[in-house]
Amino acid sequence: MKKLWLLLLLVMLLPLGSAGAQDMVMEVGAGEGRLDIIAWAGYIERGETDPAFDWVTAYEAETGCMVNVKTAATSDEMVALMNEGVFDLVTASGDASLRLVYGGRVQPINLDLIPSFANVDERLQEAPWYVVDRDGDGTKEHYGVPYVWGSNVLMYNTEVFPEAPTSWNVVFEEMTLPDGESNAGRVQAYDGPIHIADAAMYLMYHNPELGITDPYSLNTDQFNASLDLLRQQRELVARYWHDAFIQIDDFINEGIVASGSWPFQVNLLGAQGAPIASTVPQEGATGWADTTMLHSDSPHPNCAYMWMEHSLSAKVQGDVSAWFGTVPSVLAACEGNELLGPDGCETNGLGNFEQIRFWRTPTEDCGDADEATTCVPYREWVSAYIGVIGGR
Amino acid sequence: MAIATASLPAAPKSPFRRVLTFFYNHPNLTLVMLLLLPMLWMLVFYLGSIGGLLVHSFYYIDDFSGVLQRQFALRTWSDLFTPSHFDVFLRTFSMALAVTLASAIIAFPLAYYMARYASRRMRGLLYLGVMVPLWSSYLVRVYAWKLILADEGIISWTFRSLGAQGILDAILAIPVIGGRSLSFSFLGMFLVFVYIWLPYMILPINAALERVPKSLIEASGDLGAKPGYTFRKVILPLAIPGVIAGSIFTFSLTLGDYIIPQIIGNSAPFIGLAIYRYQGSAGNLPLAAAFTVIPIVVMVVYLLLAKRTGAFEAL
Repeated sequence: MKKLWLLLLLVMLLPLGSAGAQDMVMEVGAGEGRLDIIAWAGYIERGETDPAFDWVTAYEAETGCMVNVKTAATSDEMVALMNEGVFDLVTASGDASLRLVYGGRVQPINLDLIPSFANVDERLQEAPWYVVDRDGDGTKEHYGVPYVWGSNVLMYNTEVFPEAPTSWNVVFEEMTLPDGESNAGRVQAYDGPIHIADAAMYLMYHNPELGITDPYSLNTDQFNASLDLLRQQRELVARYWHDAFIQIDDFINEGIVASGSWPFQVNLLGAQGAPIASTVPQEGATGWADTTMLHSDSPHPNCAYMWMEHSLSAKVQGDVSAWFGTVPSVLAACEGNELLGPDGCETNGLGNFEQIRFWRTPTEDCGDADEATTCVPYREWVSAYIGVIGGR
Repeated sequence: MAIATASLPAAPKSPFRRVLTFFYNHPNLTLVMLLLLPMLWMLVFYLGSIGGLLVHSFYYIDDFSGVLQRQFALRTWSDLFTPSHFDVFLRTFSMALAVTLASAIIAFPLAYYMARYASRRMRGLLYLGVMVPLWSSYLVRVYAWKLILADEGIISWTFRSLGAQGILDAILAIPVIGGRSLSFSFLGMFLVFVYIWLPYMILPINAALERVPKSLIEASGDLGAKPGYTFRKVILPLAIPGVIAGSIFTFSLTLGDYIIPQIIGNSAPFIGLAIYRYQGSAGNLPLAAAFTVIPIVVMVVYLLLAKRTGAFEAL
């Protein structure tokens, strides 16, 4: 019996032991012959869907690392896979990256080994969703390299709005739209707790006395004010959206005329000939920027470093962006890419960068120098949003 | 007898034969050997995973790092009992109850017709009609219903062409169950739930009705009971276990479903959806586990009550 307890104790301690600190890789040796990546569907293409979109075959031929992709549908699935499985890399969005860093699942990157990092858009080189000082030694570490990014635009029906709406108030406040009817029941909002940041961003512009400086770092008062705005929005929203194709259907068949959305839906609806356009209103917009991160127990670190270098080449960046409707992190990719075309970067939202507040996992640590202030963590964002959508 | 036994040749004592004899002489051991594998499966994989879930509901998530703390605490349970979660329970249980009642009301006449009046050929056709939807993809059927119920869908179109738009609008204007269009309302969600789970109600009721002996009905008639009286006093009591067996399916399936509330309705969370959110998007496995315990407790109580009525005989 005593042995059994000892065994149980050991099993319980197991996850604690493996989360220890990691030494940074100092040099890239020969490839290990294999690379396991967790990625969004469509992020790592080897020409199987469309032969023109292939950024894996050349890498495999050059390095001898055979690429294995495990696709994930949500940020949370990615975090879960990284927690439980043995993988090398993950293309984590901003709402997952800090969870991975503070959960000890990813290791800092030695940028000296990735020369192409110098070509990355300077505005992304020190981005707070993957560059943090986790060990508290005063210098920040890079937990990965940027992949591609995009923004949550305001999508609207051009028959109802002859002019592009200038404010997000069309989805937050009850009003009469240009076609003479109320917006109640005709607008949508994103069905994920991260949407609270959209409300906070709106308040940041319209209620400066709340003192919001970052929609992802909210104290209790700021958080509650955002929830009040969302409760008001609940009265207007007939259904929240989470699935791009259901939203497309709602715009076509349900008479929905305005909603926060992704360039992906705007492009698809436009391709179908629907009277749909998008804009970034005066308050700005939220967005997502994905980071290629390295697992702390990566079995193939050399192949992983070679992939990170490869992923930052202008060709790969341009091809991914053309395929997925994103903006490349390497600006050189915007020019001379056949698949993306000359205006691809602008179409996908390159010009919006300054107005975009990128997704970041809200943590209790507000991210400022003051240790005394605490912010509302993501866990509470989830339960609060469930309450708001439930009408409470 | 003694002569007959003596005349038989002595059995050859091969090892195989000895094993057989051994098991024949130890029937209990035989039973253990036969059941060992399925029982292990049941205990380890089935009950074990439920037990693991229960244990998890007493762990909690560390506020700072969001990492699971494998230490006993009641924090998760106090997080569970908040007003917004009560709303989720209430919403889910009301929907499950409404769906169960409606399914029973619709299924009973059909099952009755199938069991008592339909010709052999007709019965076969009806069985096929009930079963066919079960063979096609659940998701496809739900998405199809989204289009049927849409503002621009066939139901609205029919009302509009008949000049009865006012009736549909009046129905959709009812608070709580109404909404912008059928596909955005609880009413629409209710219709889809009833459609999806109806076969699970029809089949057990039909099985129960088929088992009502004809002689009992004839005897009732011979003793002077009118058909209505026979139905109330003989057929219905014997069919009730079937209804309850069906309700176990419709009730528990509605409780656990998280796909229909995502596609139809106004996004208000149901238990399944809340579990999916907490485990999936927040990584809060303990709270999701605690959430799961509530429907399990409700179903256990329900099953115990159902057992008293003999519903398990009709499954």
